[in-house]
Amino acid sequence: MDAILLQILNGLDKGSAYAMIALGLTLIFGTLGVVNFAHGALFMIGAFCAVTLNRILNLSYTVVDETQKDFLGNPLKVDVPYVKGIFGDAFGNAIIDWSVPLAILFSIPIMLAVGYAMERGLIKHFYKRPHADQILVTFGLAIVMQEIVKYFFGANPIPTPAPDALKGSIDFGVLVGLDVNAVVYPAWRFVYFCFAALVIGGVFAFLQFTTFGMVVRAGMADRETVGLLGINIDRRFTIMFGIAAAVAGLAGVMYAPINSPNYHMGMDFLVLSFVVVVVGGMGSLPGAVAAGFLLGILESFASMNEVKALLPGIDQIIIYLVAIIILLTRPRGLMGRKGVMED
Amino acid sequence: MFGLDKKDTTLLIVVTALVVLAPFILNPFPADSALAQFNAGYPDLMQRFVIFGIFAIGFNLLFGLTGYLSFGHAAFLGVGSYAAVWMFKLLSYNVVPAIVLAVIVAGLFSVLIGYVSLRRSGIYFSILTLAFAQMSYNLAYSVLTPITNGETGLQVYSNDPQILKGDGPDVTHLFGLEMGSAYTLDIGPWSFVFSAGYYFCAIFMLVAFYLAIRIFRSPFGLMLRAVKSNQQRMAYTGLNTRPYTLAAFVISGMYAGLAGGLMAAMDPLAGAERMQWTASGEVVLMTILGGAGTLIGPVLGAGFIKYFENIFSKINDSVLHQWFSFMPDGMEDFMVFIVHPFIGKGWHLTLGILFMLVVIFLPGGLVEGGQRIAAWLRGRGKKPAGGSGDPEHHPKPAPHVAE
Amino acid sequence: MGILEVKNVSKNFGGLKALSDVNLSVRENTVHAIIGPNGAGKSTLLNCLVGKLIPDTGSVMFDGQSVLGRHPYEINQMGISRVFQTPEIFGDLTVLENMMIPILAKRDGTFELNALTSIGSQKDVIERAEHMLEEMSMADKRHFHSGSLSRGDKRRLEIAMCLSQEPRLLLLDEPTAGMARADTNNTIDLLKQIKEERDITIAIIEHDMHVVFSLAERITVLAQGTPLVEDTPENIKGHPKVREAYLGESA
Repeated sequence: MDAILLQILNGLDKGSAYAMIALGLTLIFGTLGVVNFAHGALFMIGAFCAVTLNRILNLSYTVVDETQKDFLGNPLKVDVPYVKGIFGDAFGNAIIDWSVPLAILFSIPIMLAVGYAMERGLIKHFYKRPHADQILVTFGLAIVMQEIVKYFFGANPIPTPAPDALKGSIDFGVLVGLDVNAVVYPAWRFVYFCFAALVIGGVFAFLQFTTFGMVVRAGMADRETVGLLGINIDRRFTIMFGIAAAVAGLAGVMYAPINSPNYHMGMDFLVLSFVVVVVGGMGSLPGAVAAGFLLGILESFASMNEVKALLPGIDQIIIYLVAIIILLTRPRGLMGRKGVMED
Repeated sequence: MFGLDKKDTTLLIVVTALVVLAPFILNPFPADSALAQFNAGYPDLMQRFVIFGIFAIGFNLLFGLTGYLSFGHAAFLGVGSYAAVWMFKLLSYNVVPAIVLAVIVAGLFSVLIGYVSLRRSGIYFSILTLAFAQMSYNLAYSVLTPITNGETGLQVYSNDPQILKGDGPDVTHLFGLEMGSAYTLDIGPWSFVFSAGYYFCAIFMLVAFYLAIRIFRSPFGLMLRAVKSNQQRMAYTGLNTRPYTLAAFVISGMYAGLAGGLMAAMDPLAGAERMQWTASGEVVLMTILGGAGTLIGPVLGAGFIKYFENIFSKINDSVLHQWFSFMPDGMEDFMVFIVHPFIGKGWHLTLGILFMLVVIFLPGGLVEGGQRIAAWLRGRGKKPAGGSGDPEHHPKPAPHVAE
Repeated sequence: MGILEVKNVSKNFGGLKALSDVNLSVRENTVHAIIGPNGAGKSTLLNCLVGKLIPDTGSVMFDGQSVLGRHPYEINQMGISRVFQTPEIFGDLTVLENMMIPILAKRDGTFELNALTSIGSQKDVIERAEHMLEEMSMADKRHFHSGSLSRGDKRRLEIAMCLSQEPRLLLLDEPTAGMARADTNNTIDLLKQIKEERDITIAIIEHDMHVVFSLAERITVLAQGTPLVEDTPENIKGHPKVREAYLGESA
């Protein structure tokens, strides 16, 4: 029981990331009909937004502290971040400590802008081209984006800590009446899951309850007809692309403390996210989210020692295996609609 | 000649000449000159040219003809390498059994993957192949360690059986001819290296290229292009598309296996990273950059990428300063600053941008670029003639109004 | 006994009855038209004949053999060729290459791994393709990229491709849909000419009455998934039931 609960929890954080990336991929695919291989790179850029903000907040000037001496007996030189100078010690420290959550605000305009530029500058020229061309050009774009990041931030992972207050762990076992320490779960991962739920819920609410969302959903179902109604679908779709980019970026921002960002993290996630989209059903938003969590949790179950003893290596391949089985038995995925990408 | 028409024979002869004379052509600069760093005529790099050439030719037989975009072809290359190294471990360092087994194993493996993946088309096919390749890669790193030697990579140890070795050499060889052996020809300040390994691979590449031409020009090749063009019409014309695509998939898988086997024959190692999807991505880049669906394109693409990867990573800031030294100081620094991100380790950035430009503006790759330049030059000479100089398959005369 | 015998064929999509108890007999060497208002089940019936759909009940016999459960390519090899509503050709290939594919398919069957024979050496195939193009007066366009042909020429090429296989039965699915009047008349003339020159059975699904009455020798009227009447064009024209179900609306 406790083992199962623990595995479900363990699967949630990765599942959340898969779900958010897959949601964006599906939005782009459903609205624009474009297969975006650069979506993982957007996730990576989000993570580096957190890194960047952290660095900006840590920009320092040097003061000489007469009260302390270094080991040679000279007055100690101390680096003081500007934010401390401006806001005072306590508040300044708090700002730096909470840099990752703050990066959410910082990243949203950046990701919207990146998404907007990508769609207007590049993707829109590929609506009429074959899917293979779309895959290829966004694949090229992904390489370019990750190489740019590598140029500025180097090839090594950059640790980006969560706020101190959220660094500990939560004992879930006690909450549901199990033994102390039976199900201990890092607090930040739980935060990540809640955050993902919030973002995903927000996107769905936006699509469900706003006129804008309604038009977009109608456009996903039947683009031509909606276009005939005199509604400027293209502009809305551009905005949807920006939103999809922002969702991927936010997923990346909050993921930074879980896995230190490096320039190729996007590619690693992309491959899995594509598998998630296909399993969920190309073009189905609920399918993408459900499959994201499902595969995240499956992956975590497959890495249990008991399971591995039974089927060695299963943890390495479970996701791909599920994808292959689903694609062959239910070509449209779990919740796919008819007529999407069927040739 | 060899069952080819005149144009194809010319193409084959040109390619053969280039491959045979490569040690000269790729070493145009004297060994002690400053430009010697742009020489590419050393065995290791030349071997990579032809091996990746084979890989790309094979990939193009699938993607260029049928339009099925596989993102998992590196798996076959990796499997080929493993099979070859196992032959070294069990039999001897002779490369012949290694390469034969590499092709066979890769072929069988591609029958398996192709049979399953080809039940879907379009993006689903791409993702299925990607999933299979990633699965193979992950397995090679984990449970299959007894076969693949995991992260260390598979290599030959002195206590391996090598039952046929006798007192044969301790390096890879072809019936005694060591793959690493080379003859250096010095002419004045120039130095040309003729490597046994290179010529061994080159023969395979020429055969592979010749077979590719034959396939392109065969009724079978026509059917593969028909698959790309209209599967519905094909089915209603009485043709079963499945065996055609599977045959193309397996043939291209065997090409990849051959490339993998040759890699191991040049350096008896095999690692799982050869199967990673980035490696599959690389062959996609080569084929598209050179010109998918054309004969010479993939070879050009492979050579282009491998050459510039090698050269670009050698250029550093001091080389740049030399180049721009004719400029005023400020200007020089500025130029170096601008160019810096694209050289050295920034080669992948350059490659990514180049690749995007090709996909956007030049879908036919370098071959199309060459044709456009040729057409432009001819157009300047006189009014364009009706026939195009297209050295590749399907001439596409526009429905001209002028005639 | 007709060359094509459809017996008691029904097909449901979910709760929707697309075809119910269809019986149809196409006699050899006739032009048989199937007409009916939109949603009458014409396309469903056609798809059942070529293997794209499998009926829920009933049988479809071609020349004494059942076609049910066979793949489209097998049915084609039995001698049924299909012309689509929008011309389906190999748009990336030249006109001549387009012509060669069906001839190769007829000669070599559903699959042939002739990867090392040169296409230039297939003299019989090339000759036959060139001959066919000449017959269809398209010889001057043989090196054109077929995707760049006009719609009328694409249709002509598609019909030529089907005919080159010498099918026993040619199925045409609204061959003049979306065509200008001149192209429509050309297509009618072409089909008439084909009929005169060959022993061939033609089944045609059509909306355009002008086309139907210029070509058909027998007409089946389909309405709401069932055949109303089957008769000669003259009798169909005056038939009260048909007027009511179909012509009445437009007359």
